[in-house]
Amino acid sequence: MRPLSDVHITVNGLPVRVPEGTVVAAAVAAAGVAASRRSVRGEPRAALCGMGICFECRVTIDGRPHRLACQTPCRDGMVVVAR
Amino acid sequence: MTRLHFRVLVVGAGPAGLAAAAAAAEAGADVGLADANPGPGGQVWRAAHSGPGVHWARRVRDLGVRLLTGTRVVAVLGPTAVLGETDAGPLELRSERLILTPGARERFLPFPGWTLPGVTGAGGLQALAKGGLSVAGDRVVVAGTGPLLLAAAAYLRNCGARVGCVVEQAGTPRLAGFLPALLRDGARLRQAATLAWDLRGVPWRTACHVVAAHGRERIEAVTLRRGGAEWTARCDRLACGFGLVPNLELPLSVGCAVADGVVRVDAWQRTSISGVYCAGEATGVAGLEAALAEGSIAGLAATGRSDLARTYFPARERGRRFGAALERAFALRAELRELPDASTTVCRCEDVPYAELRAHGNWREAKLQTRCGMGPCQGRVCGTALAFLFGWTPDSVRPPVTAASVGALAVVADGDGGAPAPG
Repeated sequence: MRPLSDVHITVNGLPVRVPEGTVVAAAVAAAGVAASRRSVRGEPRAALCGMGICFECRVTIDGRPHRLACQTPCRDGMVVVAR
Repeated sequence: MTRLHFRVLVVGAGPAGLAAAAAAAEAGADVGLADANPGPGGQVWRAAHSGPGVHWARRVRDLGVRLLTGTRVVAVLGPTAVLGETDAGPLELRSERLILTPGARERFLPFPGWTLPGVTGAGGLQALAKGGLSVAGDRVVVAGTGPLLLAAAAYLRNCGARVGCVVEQAGTPRLAGFLPALLRDGARLRQAATLAWDLRGVPWRTACHVVAAHGRERIEAVTLRRGGAEWTARCDRLACGFGLVPNLELPLSVGCAVADGVVRVDAWQRTSISGVYCAGEATGVAGLEAALAEGSIAGLAATGRSDLARTYFPARERGRRFGAALERAFALRAELRELPDASTTVCRCEDVPYAELRAHGNWREAKLQTRCGMGPCQGRVCGTALAFLFGWTPDSVRPPVTAASVGALAVVADGDGGAPAPG
């Protein structure tokens, strides 16, 4: 198997380096962002199910809103916004 | 839009789907295998770099199965045709035989503080860790019910987490009733022994459950209860799941008959809809062995090899018996219905508190009055919780199957799938 290389992305403008195969939800946490979104009433929320069911981890990836951070592998140059 | 046609289309690339695709391809059929996840293997073999999941994935590739990962099925276009959504746009998938292997998801029950970041499912945190989430050095409490708690705790510990305890709601007498089933089964007994070794020094507290999670921007502590005793422990994460429930949205959308929370199938894994098969956890949560057997049977039956399918009947029966024993041992205790207080959020998508829901008589009424279950998860989390809390069941499933782009919905509206639901 070929060795896994690192992938560079930004989360809320902050550069983050993660191993290839890392999902965006893990990179958001690695960037120190506890909440991936705010709920209807403004509460902090983050991934619950980790498998694409609950939609709590949704973030904006490369300008596309409501992407599932737990289901999306990080790719070089990705711009992630979690508010 | 891209259109693909297969003799057999399998939706779901977990163990049942992989086995179904392999069996159908070996019988000579042209097979497509679609899955929403970035790789095959389902939840149990998520992101594995070795082991049976890798073996199965290689096998289906070698057999020429067209693997369509990152393809989320969002709508049903006909009895054996579905619409997938990919990063590259919508994808129409047609087939002569459709095998549904949607698997199961974790059941979450609401309790005060369960919406705080850092509170996840038990399998949920395991999945996130497999996706690269760092848990090294984190103080983790694993809670809820079922053998998945032990598997998740062992995995997290091997990732460097400091697992304080595993909190199991089932009481010791019921769990003891499970022992004969375990002792009869050499492979599972070995798995249990490995887990016990991995979790040495970590207390498994039975007849114990979570009462509340505390924190401001994320979880900082958890309160647990066992009998009359309550105590609070500091933690960085709470991994909490109350067993598994079948994913029925896609089978229901296709029109498959469902009873007692599982898809009805005959001996050949045929559903009530002609040409549509179902295999794995969606026909009853019974674990890996049953899922592989059911997948093989479905793949063979769908390609006219019922003679060969019979050879998998004993394994299916063994798996289902084990599943039934699990269900008895880890049945949810009635007092878990009292976990939420009046202000506890039940529907996380729309922030609907328990008190607002309690005022209604059924799921439909509650939905219309409170928007409960109308957010992006479409009741996958709160609907499952409310089925346990109030015995409510959803009255119908309407398209799209899952949150979909307007572009994909336009395809459904233009095609023969009927008009998309308004919301």
